[in-house]
Amino acid sequence: MATTEAAIQVKDLTMAYGSRVIQRDLTFDINRGDIFIIMGGSGCGKSTLLRHLIGLQVPAKGSIHFGETDFWNLPPDDRQRFMRRFGVLYQSGALWSSMTLAENIALPLEEYTDLSKADIADLVDLKLALVGLAGFRDYYPSEISGGMKKRAGLARAMALDPDILFFDEPSAGLDPISSQLLDDLILELRDSLGATVVVVTHELASIFAIGNNCVFLDATSKTMIATGDPKKLRDESEDPLVRRFLTRGKAD
Amino acid sequence: MTISETRENPPDLIRLTDGTLLLRLRGDWLAGRLPLPLHDVEAAMEEKKPATLRFETEDLQNWDSGLLTFLIALKKLCGARGIAFGDGNLPDGARRLLALAAAVPEQPAGKGLLRPPLLERVADRALGAWKSAVDMLDFLGEVTLACGRLLTGRARFRRADLWAIMRECGADALPIVSLISALVGLIFAFVGAVQLSMFGAEIYVASLVGIAVVRVMGAIMTGIIMAGRTGAAFAARIGTMQVNEEIDALATLGISPVDFLVLPRIIALVLMMPLLCLYADLMGILGGLAVGVFMLDLNLGEYLEMTKLAVGLKDFWIGLFHSAVFGVLVALSGCLRGLQCGRSASAVGDAATSAVVTGIVNIIVATAVITVICNILGI
Repeated sequence: MATTEAAIQVKDLTMAYGSRVIQRDLTFDINRGDIFIIMGGSGCGKSTLLRHLIGLQVPAKGSIHFGETDFWNLPPDDRQRFMRRFGVLYQSGALWSSMTLAENIALPLEEYTDLSKADIADLVDLKLALVGLAGFRDYYPSEISGGMKKRAGLARAMALDPDILFFDEPSAGLDPISSQLLDDLILELRDSLGATVVVVTHELASIFAIGNNCVFLDATSKTMIATGDPKKLRDESEDPLVRRFLTRGKAD
Repeated sequence: MTISETRENPPDLIRLTDGTLLLRLRGDWLAGRLPLPLHDVEAAMEEKKPATLRFETEDLQNWDSGLLTFLIALKKLCGARGIAFGDGNLPDGARRLLALAAAVPEQPAGKGLLRPPLLERVADRALGAWKSAVDMLDFLGEVTLACGRLLTGRARFRRADLWAIMRECGADALPIVSLISALVGLIFAFVGAVQLSMFGAEIYVASLVGIAVVRVMGAIMTGIIMAGRTGAAFAARIGTMQVNEEIDALATLGISPVDFLVLPRIIALVLMMPLLCLYADLMGILGGLAVGVFMLDLNLGEYLEMTKLAVGLKDFWIGLFHSAVFGVLVALSGCLRGLQCGRSASAVGDAATSAVVTGIVNIIVATAVITVICNILGI
């Protein structure tokens, strides 16, 4: 294969709810170590695409390859096992509210590893420290702020040392400073873990700060209208919609 | 971890002449399968304190967070002993992650998980109980005011909501009410028949079932069913609205949540409960009748005649009064717990549970009070 570099290959993907097509004919590659942005206007199917990538929703047509693995053609059990290589940060953190932060992070470790309690406790402390929440292990999600919830969610997403990290609107509901701190954290984690990162967002500041590759989904034509480096697209894209989006409507 | 495992791939601890302890990381360093236990290094430090700890990582293969936790622990050890921690040779990613982990110092205001002393806990409980009593009075006051507004026609809620709630807690409850009341009638008939047949007085089963069901049991059973069914639903519904800030949105518009959410629910239950209770009475009597006619071989006409003789209109009124009171109590406890709900998924569950418990306790207490009053008044 010519593109063995790609960590994720999406080919002719069509997404639909029943007979209602959300997006069709999506074809793009995400390279290892990329911070790949999925962007587009509201309601164009960004989050739906993410749900396809993380195995929550079955494609209507087309394939998604992770490396050499045809993800949706795996038997369900193998797919479940494969999904442990993903770390997902949901929009509002999606921390389990009846558990402390430590218990939230420990759950995947308890489920999928045979580590001892002491080892798990060490790992939990490490993950909390990495996201800047050292000392918050016994707090419940309801006792911390929105930004802290996101970081705790990230700590949980990293619990199993994933190869690929997915972020659904990481900056939604965060002030510019927290949002920038989270961006820095994403960059730092990509660099030090060598992970591939996929981010759904329409936050321009984040897109340019962290993204080095992207796909642009359009709600009207129901397909992707651009892919590549977001900064390049802003300056050189032929498509007026893409340029307008990336310059916040100023390029006309 | 057993010793044999850890010795499989022993990393070398080498003492250099310049007082450096060199730790050679070889092979895989993965969580739960670290080749070297921490206390080996600690022992080496104990034996003769080195000036610096350094690493050699040429043969290091795979590593994950396990290596990082090991390094963090080592760093702490070095810090405590005044040994320099030379991370120069560590893999780039590991070094950056170590720095990241240390970037935000542990919050000094870490939550104390120490149990507070007994006196404090008792005081906390007492204050909590006092506060919940005040909350309840507060809520009752608001509801009373809202009822006042309702009477003067100034209460604001949507009529469509009222109809929907009436259907949910009225017609939709008929199947379960039928089943439970018929079975209760049946049980009463069986229990009574065992005793009464000793005197050959089986026909009095009709009076027994009639009076018991009509006077209290019909109302109590519908009350308990509704507490479990509707009270819990009210609490969960209003609690979820609390979580989604829908209640705040109402308050911002100047609409009283009590008017908008609580009043229609109280009205609906007060209207529907007596109807359900009447229906339950009927089903209970039919349940008793089934036992009387099919098991005790009583004559159908005779059974009905006996029931009519035994049960006065007064008993019906008392039963209906019970059920109207239960309607208020179930609606109040459901709505109160819903409005008190915290802002998380588990809080909604707690609110629903608490609504059912409060509802049932209230129903039983109210029954006792009404029974005593009826007794004093001689009704």
